[in-house]
Amino acid sequence: MRMSDNESMDHGLDDEMLDEIIGEFLIESSEALDQLDQDLVTLEDNHSTEVLASIFRTMHTIKGTCGFLGFGNLESLAHTAENLLSRLRDGELQVTAEITTALLLTGDAIREMMATVESTRSDGTSSYPELVNELLRLQQDEPETNGEVQPLSEVLTDYGDVAAENDAAAEDIEEAQQTQTSQRASSRSESTIRVDVELLDDLMNLVGELVLARNEIVQLSQDEGRVEDALSLPAQRLNLITTELQEGVMRTRMQPIGNVWNRFPRVVRDLARASKKMVHVEMEGSDTELDKTIVEAIKDPLTHLVRNSVDHGIESPEERQRLGKPAEGVLSLRAFHEGGQVIIEISDDGAGINVDRVAQKAIEKGLIEPDAVARMSQRELVNLIFTPGFSTAAVVTNVSGRGVGMDVVRTNIERIGGSLDVTTEAGVGSTFRVKIPLTLAIIPALMVGCGDERFAIPQVSLLELVRLENNELRHDIEWIHGAPVFRLRGRLLPLVDLSSELGLEALPLSERRQVNLVVLQSDNHQFGLIVDSITDTQEIVVKPLSAQLHDVGTFAGATIMGDGRVALILDILGLAQRSAVVSHDKSRVHDSPVAEVEEISQVDEDAMLVVGVGGGQRAAVALSTVSRLEQIPNSAVEYSSRGVVVQYRGELLPLVSLAAVANVGVPASVAWAERGNLNVVVWGADDNQIGLVVDNIIDIVNDSAGTAPRLVEENGSASFVTTLGGEVTDVIDIDMLLGAPLSSIGSDWSHDYMSLSS
Amino acid sequence: MQYCTFNVAGFLFGIEVDQVQEVIRTQNMTPVPMSPAVVEGLINLRGQIVTAIDLRKRLSLPERPQGLRPMNVVVRMRDGAVSLLVDQIGEVIDVSQDSFEAPPSTLADNVMDLIKGAYKLDGQLLLLLDTAHVVAVASV
Repeated sequence: MRMSDNESMDHGLDDEMLDEIIGEFLIESSEALDQLDQDLVTLEDNHSTEVLASIFRTMHTIKGTCGFLGFGNLESLAHTAENLLSRLRDGELQVTAEITTALLLTGDAIREMMATVESTRSDGTSSYPELVNELLRLQQDEPETNGEVQPLSEVLTDYGDVAAENDAAAEDIEEAQQTQTSQRASSRSESTIRVDVELLDDLMNLVGELVLARNEIVQLSQDEGRVEDALSLPAQRLNLITTELQEGVMRTRMQPIGNVWNRFPRVVRDLARASKKMVHVEMEGSDTELDKTIVEAIKDPLTHLVRNSVDHGIESPEERQRLGKPAEGVLSLRAFHEGGQVIIEISDDGAGINVDRVAQKAIEKGLIEPDAVARMSQRELVNLIFTPGFSTAAVVTNVSGRGVGMDVVRTNIERIGGSLDVTTEAGVGSTFRVKIPLTLAIIPALMVGCGDERFAIPQVSLLELVRLENNELRHDIEWIHGAPVFRLRGRLLPLVDLSSELGLEALPLSERRQVNLVVLQSDNHQFGLIVDSITDTQEIVVKPLSAQLHDVGTFAGATIMGDGRVALILDILGLAQRSAVVSHDKSRVHDSPVAEVEEISQVDEDAMLVVGVGGGQRAAVALSTVSRLEQIPNSAVEYSSRGVVVQYRGELLPLVSLAAVANVGVPASVAWAERGNLNVVVWGADDNQIGLVVDNIIDIVNDSAGTAPRLVEENGSASFVTTLGGEVTDVIDIDMLLGAPLSSIGSDWSHDYMSLSS
Repeated sequence: MQYCTFNVAGFLFGIEVDQVQEVIRTQNMTPVPMSPAVVEGLINLRGQIVTAIDLRKRLSLPERPQGLRPMNVVVRMRDGAVSLLVDQIGEVIDVSQDSFEAPPSTLADNVMDLIKGAYKLDGQLLLLLDTAHVVAVASV
């Protein structure tokens, strides 16, 4: 403290000026040090003279400024590091992992000293003698070119020292990691982007008010019966200027995600070295922009995910080689915009998450009931890792098992209106997918009406709009076990009624005279959302919802409309999950037996499900016997002693080819292995179900099969041929066909039928 | 200490004046389906979307009679502004720390958490709201 004051007098600077200079120095150096970390990690992989020159310049600048400001300890550390760097630059030394580590630690030490400078205006008392010695030692460490032969004993002692220092260095790394987060968050340079953020916030609010005033004036100028001519031109100009100003101010707050990512190569390097792994970091989309507040908020969750992937995901080099993978694991970071949100994916090519172990652990920890596992989908099981109190690491390592669980990561992401999801494949790797809002991003949205309110649907989820009236309505909406479906060009589309999802009062579907369907895509599933009215599309400004509304789940945010009123933005994935279009766990059929009884009565007794069974042939089964229609990925099909099965809602669902079992169509055309997805008609109820594999789902028809002329009928046969919907169709009585053998399950029936089809 | 006071169902409540961002009259309210019952809806506060909490419901007081248009007391919280709906806005008053008392024990348990304490004024009790607790609305 004294010292810097004295020095400042020498330069004839007053305190205020000095403060300003120090402030500038801190901000610049902090940015430079972040770059330094990255450069050093790059340099280790790839000995580029350009990168080395950049590192050298950084260190040189820090040294120079410290000398000027009178921070002696800082200066001498930077000076020592610079000497080492100059020898590297001149080619007298080669970059080694040891040197990189020492230089990284130097960067950390400089950061620490700068934090001291920031709070006390002095660089503290520590001169980091160990680090300085290490840097000095590394400068001289030239076994071959040196010419001087060291006595063997000395060499050995040196090695001992190196080992000891390495241990010390490893400890330092851990310490640094633990303190890093808190330090960085509080450091001065992070809360400023050259313009004070507070000032930007104020500007942003002012622009918001301006936008609303603009909207009012534009509306006024368009109202008839007013002096529009005089007003319309200035109103138009105001409109234009406001829009541009709004965009400009918003852009000032945007930062590339790279600002967060840049520190990851260093984090990964330290971690990989500490755990003796080899990890290569790949980045894609680091220029994807996000609002500054979001960038700050996702920094820690992302760091944790990266650490988790290195620590738990990627295997040791030996293990990887044993598995035939390259010894070096790949951690890839990907960011991109999607529908008003930013998606960040953190993938590793490691071991993947062992779902069975996750389930077992969750039961052991009492997080779920043992019998609940059977009812859960794979995806839901994997997502158990985000449950509070869950941690699968058999050995709690220093690195990731320090009490901050994945649940905290998820909570932190959800706090800013984001979501976290994981997909994993054993032996192939895991991908953590973070979805976060842009906050201030402007997205195109479709405005729909429901009840008295308007809602916005992000346009990216939108496929098409369908309007149904009177006859079509009765005709085209069918009920499969209480769930409405709509035939859209031969495809069956599950329907979700927005008013009932939102708990709003509305007429039952069957009593409405017209219905507006918004066909949406979410998570590879399509569904139709029933709304009261469809207004128009417009650009909306996405605003996050406050903490009180985070658990509602149906809304992705809110926006302000031209008339100044607030409208909610629908969260399409949330909506799909809530209404069980996507997830299987909330099947309405199984949850509410009462509703089932009621709703089944709505199923037309005569309705037939028409499917393709190969060779252009059609078969039909009574819709009332069908419990669900599923698309099952071929990769999920398993072969067991009981024949071909698939894990379906916690049960083993036997799969048989409808063509083979009913002896219709062309069984061979249903060569399962060649397909990506199997179309499966699930027959039976609850635990007595069979999956009938068909070529495709064609239609649901209401032509009464009972009255249509039968072309062929054999007594006692489970099928007859007739015309349905104007085409020749085999009508199959599955109850009769499968009912009997099913009661004596355990026989090889499914296997037999399978062999027919293969 | 200075308090911004307001009336809710006949009771006088107060909030530290520096927590209050502004007081505005009845706003257009957008209800949020499926939200906790105490959340009245969202208002547009000059381009900022603010959640409004009905203090009558929050404090388990009788529902606001039809026709009584509530005022918005916008409070500054850590995560952003929140509006508290009150019947009528009162004065900003200065009270001396001496007259501070613990919350009256006659309050119901669920309301007790929301009251920091009380000041005895002339002929009336000023109940001091614990804003942080009031806006911490549990999900449904």
